[in-house]
Amino acid sequence: MNKALSRRRALKGLVNGAAVTVALPFLDCFLNDHGTALASGAPLPLRFGTWFWGLGFNPGRGVAPETGPNLRFLEECQALVPYRDYINYFSAFNTPLDGKPTTVHYTGWVGCRTGSVPSAGGEIPAPTLDVLVADQIGGTSRFRSLDLSATGNPRDSYTARNTGSRNNAEVSPLAFYSRVFGPEFADPNAADFKPDPQVMVRQSVLSAVNEQSRDFVKLVGANDRQRLDEYFTSIRELERRLELQMQKPAPVEFCMVPPAPADGPIGDELETALANHKTMSDLLAMAVACNQTRVFNMLYSQALSHIHRTGEAFIHHTLTHEEPLDPALGYQAEVAWYNLRSFEAMAAFIAAFANIREGAGTLLDNTLIFANSDTNYAKLHALDGIPVMLIGKAGGKLKTGYHIAGNGDPISRIGLTAMQLMGLQVDTWGTQSMQTNKPITEILA
Amino acid sequence: MRHFTTVALTGVLLSVALTGCGDNAPASDGGPPVMRRLTEDQYRQIIADVFGPDIVIGGRFDPIVRVDGLVSVGAGATAINSAAFERYDTIGRSVAAQVVDPVRRDMLVPCRPADPAKADDACARQFFAGVGRLLFRRTLTETELAGYAALADDAANRLGNFYVGISAALSAMLVRPEFLFITDTTEPDPDRPGEVRLTAKAKATRLSFLLWNTTPDDALLTAAEQGQLDNAKDLARHVDRMLASPRLEAGVRALFADMLAFESFETLQKDPVIYPALGLVAIEHSREQLLRTITDHLLVRGEGYPGLFTTRKTVMSGPLGLVYRVPVADPDAWIDFEFPAGDQRVGIQALIGFSALHSHPGRSSATLRGKAVREILMCQKVPDPPANVDFTLVSDSTNPIHKTARQRLDAHNTEPSCVGCHKLMDPIGLSLETLDGAGQLRTTENGVPIDVSGELDGVAYSDAIGLGAAIAQNAAVPACLVSRAVAYGLGRTPSTEERAWLAAVEQRFAKDGYGLKSLLRAIAVSPSFYAVTPPADAGTVASVVEDKHS
Repeated sequence: MNKALSRRRALKGLVNGAAVTVALPFLDCFLNDHGTALASGAPLPLRFGTWFWGLGFNPGRGVAPETGPNLRFLEECQALVPYRDYINYFSAFNTPLDGKPTTVHYTGWVGCRTGSVPSAGGEIPAPTLDVLVADQIGGTSRFRSLDLSATGNPRDSYTARNTGSRNNAEVSPLAFYSRVFGPEFADPNAADFKPDPQVMVRQSVLSAVNEQSRDFVKLVGANDRQRLDEYFTSIRELERRLELQMQKPAPVEFCMVPPAPADGPIGDELETALANHKTMSDLLAMAVACNQTRVFNMLYSQALSHIHRTGEAFIHHTLTHEEPLDPALGYQAEVAWYNLRSFEAMAAFIAAFANIREGAGTLLDNTLIFANSDTNYAKLHALDGIPVMLIGKAGGKLKTGYHIAGNGDPISRIGLTAMQLMGLQVDTWGTQSMQTNKPITEILA
Repeated sequence: MRHFTTVALTGVLLSVALTGCGDNAPASDGGPPVMRRLTEDQYRQIIADVFGPDIVIGGRFDPIVRVDGLVSVGAGATAINSAAFERYDTIGRSVAAQVVDPVRRDMLVPCRPADPAKADDACARQFFAGVGRLLFRRTLTETELAGYAALADDAANRLGNFYVGISAALSAMLVRPEFLFITDTTEPDPDRPGEVRLTAKAKATRLSFLLWNTTPDDALLTAAEQGQLDNAKDLARHVDRMLASPRLEAGVRALFADMLAFESFETLQKDPVIYPALGLVAIEHSREQLLRTITDHLLVRGEGYPGLFTTRKTVMSGPLGLVYRVPVADPDAWIDFEFPAGDQRVGIQALIGFSALHSHPGRSSATLRGKAVREILMCQKVPDPPANVDFTLVSDSTNPIHKTARQRLDAHNTEPSCVGCHKLMDPIGLSLETLDGAGQLRTTENGVPIDVSGELDGVAYSDAIGLGAAIAQNAAVPACLVSRAVAYGLGRTPSTEERAWLAAVEQRFAKDGYGLKSLLRAIAVSPSFYAVTPPADAGTVASVVEDKHS
């Protein structure tokens, strides 16, 4: 580590006669000797993400019932066994409806991620928790968040600020790579850095757009001004990103630019989805490691999971409803086969973060992933006990390896806990019967 | 190769009464002004119309949520968040770069800079005055013009290239809210103190997007600036001009692409083992086939809307011929095609672009097809399934007893929690079961003859031909088109107060033989189409419900 690098030298620079400031660093040389914190004593930055899989798992085949620090995975979740010590599992947390109708394959994930139950299909009654986290910590990296879907459909994305503002997903590994690691990527470990003068022109352009657009506000009604507010925020977001591009990024020890993926098929055929999911997971983890974002969302299969095998007539979703219970096995065997694939995908996602070194450990040590489904037993559209997991060590802020049973408490307790772990000053979250001020203290370190 | 021809308007249309709908239609006070985000279709159409169809727009647009059956309505509720803005910025810069590239600049930039390595304020102003008027759908103010020219000058001087400067300032224009949002701007109504009306340019914009799905042309903008659109006679003259234009085809295609939920084509894939003929190329062709069938029927032949559900006439291409298993004389062209009498493939509901679109990757779906007929063609919302439903009774397709979809779905008609909704959908879809998941014709399933008899709202039929006739004669079908067309043009769902006006439009539609041009004209010349109420106050955000297609 180059302890001789002076902060003064790191902070000054010139480009074409214009002064350029360097971002206050997360520099490896500023780590303490143990690699566990910055030399200043501040902790390594935490990252937050979500992961979604559709259709839960078969009852009695996901996680063993014993609670406490005794987390044990059953057959359908076997792929998670190697990562047991990074995972907490939550069962028996419910979604009280307060008289609202259920929209199947929708109410469950919306309630889980927003703390509020929608009144109708399509409604997002409150921001999803990742958006709240990104509002807090997303402003220091190039992208506020990176949102991905393995299904090939950009609308398969369960992150949103409100009904009219959805974060649609990247679905092509190559397009995702180009966006993150393409021409606008500034390699933090590159020896030379030269700000692109085109970027300065773009900054002028956006500055002009932002300034002159204020007059437009006067032309529209109050309802539309809220959407215009978001438009202006989006301009500022891009301006912020361009400002970062004008600064030499701080070196990141284990940031390595990956090779571009092939331009292959996308879609919800099983092998295609699994392959793209893995490719994008690996790219995403490296993007996080390279400080391109601190917040991310990955969807493996949508709530109505259209994942299907080549040559077979039924998709995953239809099987959950129409496959009879195998009289010998006692469960839906084909559905079980798809569930195994879902958790293999989850394992691949976890592995992507676990396989990148950071400090004395791995990226997964400094990450918290909120993984959930939309239903418990998909055959019955069961809303109670939707399976949720928190994955990662969150910088050591939580204990792991626990199975926590909620005893019917609102599922919003898990989201509240996750946000508090990420440092959000939120004491209460959710609405009506989902409103809670009780984090799950059993797992707090 | 076929050539598109337009049926010329006859004197009959020109002699139609030029006020309201012509039949003393009740006036509507309208609804709140809407600010709707440009759809991908509109963005592409505008760029093609302003800069030429050879401008390549690559990459993906941020999708707009579908609300009340239309993306055009969802556009009025969808924000431009960071990711969406980033995409618009990327696309805009790419378009701007192409506009000034050496191949196009001489055609698209109407002047030459004195020195291409430097700024040229006068030439920049000339360019932005022309382009800005079309992109912003109004004449730019002097302040705006000076601003864009200054931006172009600054960029040109920094980078030593006039055209790069133009490109930079044009890219700014392409992310401006005046471009990205279609906005119902209002002004005090001089004839109704205390009330508001659309500004002239907002009227022109609303009209142009209804009929052509693009920015108003110079003639319409000039007419708006001169106050002509406030005059019923002049308004009708422009409407007739636009209805007679070849641009009408693009507008009609956009209307039906929205109404028929064509965004599903973006992710439509069929199992390559089960349906090898329906690959991605054939899927693209099936989309085009559906749109050409619609425009040929409604615009070229001028036939009535209900006939779309009984017609045997369509078009065919080489890849589609393989799927439909019909011979195609010229596999490299689109040719007119007619299914023979007695063939079960009648109406657009039997074309692949409908039947395969509303199926699973590896099998058909009577429920999905029936749901699509109800919700898309008849505007009848089918309730969501109940939460704790048990599908145990519905066994799989290899069950030795239940060999056909009808047998498997019979449980829907006996289980009390299922029958209420499924009786709305399944009978329709079961009559389309002679079309497999790729829309290919079959007569048996698992060796058992397929029973395609059914009933639609009390009208019984024995086969898909009868289903087509039942759809065609169902009153909900033309009413649905009227409702959708109006909502599409307004960018919002019509209010309760507008129902009387809609009913009058429906009556006129029927009286005119369900001609599409007649319908569009009736809407476009109606003062009710341009009526607007004062904007809603803050805190009264209308709730929206997204359409879901399982």
